[in-house]
Amino acid sequence: MTSRKAEILVGFFVALAIAATLLLALKVANQGMAGSGETYKLNARFDNIGGLKARSSVKVGGVVVGRVERIYLDGADLIPVVELQISSEYKNTFPDTSSLSILTSGLLGEQFIGLQPGFIFPEDLVSIEEDKVCESADLRQCPYLTEGEEIFDTKSALVLEDLIGQFLFNQGSE
Amino acid sequence: MTQLANYFASIGRTTIEKVVAIGQASLMLFGALFAFPKVKNIGLTIHQIYVVGVQSLLIIMVSGLFIGMVMALQGYTILVNYGAEGSLGPMVALSLLRELGPVVTALLFAGRAGSALTAEIGLMKATEQLSSLEMMAVDPLRRVIAPRFWAGVISMPMLAIIFSAIGILGGHLVGVDWLGVDSGSYWSIMQSTVEWDKDVVNGIIKSIVFALVVVWIALYKGYSCVPTSEGISQATTQTVVYSSLLILGLDFILTALMFGIS
Repeated sequence: MTSRKAEILVGFFVALAIAATLLLALKVANQGMAGSGETYKLNARFDNIGGLKARSSVKVGGVVVGRVERIYLDGADLIPVVELQISSEYKNTFPDTSSLSILTSGLLGEQFIGLQPGFIFPEDLVSIEEDKVCESADLRQCPYLTEGEEIFDTKSALVLEDLIGQFLFNQGSE
Repeated sequence: MTQLANYFASIGRTTIEKVVAIGQASLMLFGALFAFPKVKNIGLTIHQIYVVGVQSLLIIMVSGLFIGMVMALQGYTILVNYGAEGSLGPMVALSLLRELGPVVTALLFAGRAGSALTAEIGLMKATEQLSSLEMMAVDPLRRVIAPRFWAGVISMPMLAIIFSAIGILGGHLVGVDWLGVDSGSYWSIMQSTVEWDKDVVNGIIKSIVFALVVVWIALYKGYSCVPTSEGISQATTQTVVYSSLLILGLDFILTALMFGIS
């Protein structure tokens, strides 16, 4: 009645449909599993994140170096905290003094985080080479951004209403 | 005077015929719906899923791929003017999940599987196989119609899901790999825009409704066709025409109910 070939192909068909449903569920509709490759985590606090969303990109001079993992409100301070996943390819690359700002690509484009690399004091550079602090267990000594570290120098997203308000205020005071 | 009477008589006859046809079709649907295949006969339904679903897989996958690719190409050329090519992902995903997936799958299904069902059952009727089944005390509704009906209703939503998934991957292929849209923004904006219950589930509901309509029309047209070669060819044509029109009409109603006035 039912040949074995037909049964196998129907099984294949059902498996394909389940795979497609999973693709729609995980990749299209919800937060899928994290992107590929090794990453390390950074935190940053912003006064206002504007239209930033989870999985928005983190760029240095236009080059994508990581993604926004999640955004949540700090329970105590009620300040938005953004969790970043930076590709391990850029481990020990960005100095502690780097700053973050929320930028918009194009007029109607999506928002992303721009990372502006800072500087390293020459004596720190020497100490890295001598002591290899960035390979030791105590990463706090390392002058580079490392796993779990927080970036303090952040610039909020531009809010058009605030800008206009400020402009009018300046005009009025003249 | 007689001519006028004849005219009204013809209107009355057509109306009665239509009502009888709707009644017969409803009876057949009722028979098929409540003749859910028994465990013993599940093989019949699986075989029909093979005929109706698996054999439609190739045309569905190829059309899905190309429709996704075309949508990405067209969307990109317009969106790039506004620097909004990041919104390509949600555009492709939403139009596929909400509209093109269910509708194009149903239209292709009506052409590929619906016409075949009508022709098969029409020929069974013309060669009096259905009457012989009845003679042997086998209910043709249970033995012939029900497995095909359920196979169609089970297969079509799966085909629509596969269509949408392949279309989105095709859009990724053209948009991200060829035209250089950022892969992260393609997926991330899509994920933040597409909602599981609002978009994906409504698309699946649509395709289940279309499946009921297409399979019902195909089976009824075959079951009630004039048992001649001309009658079968007419029934096959009518299947494709009626189901296509009903799909497009129902799609508007369903869209208005699901996404329209809220």
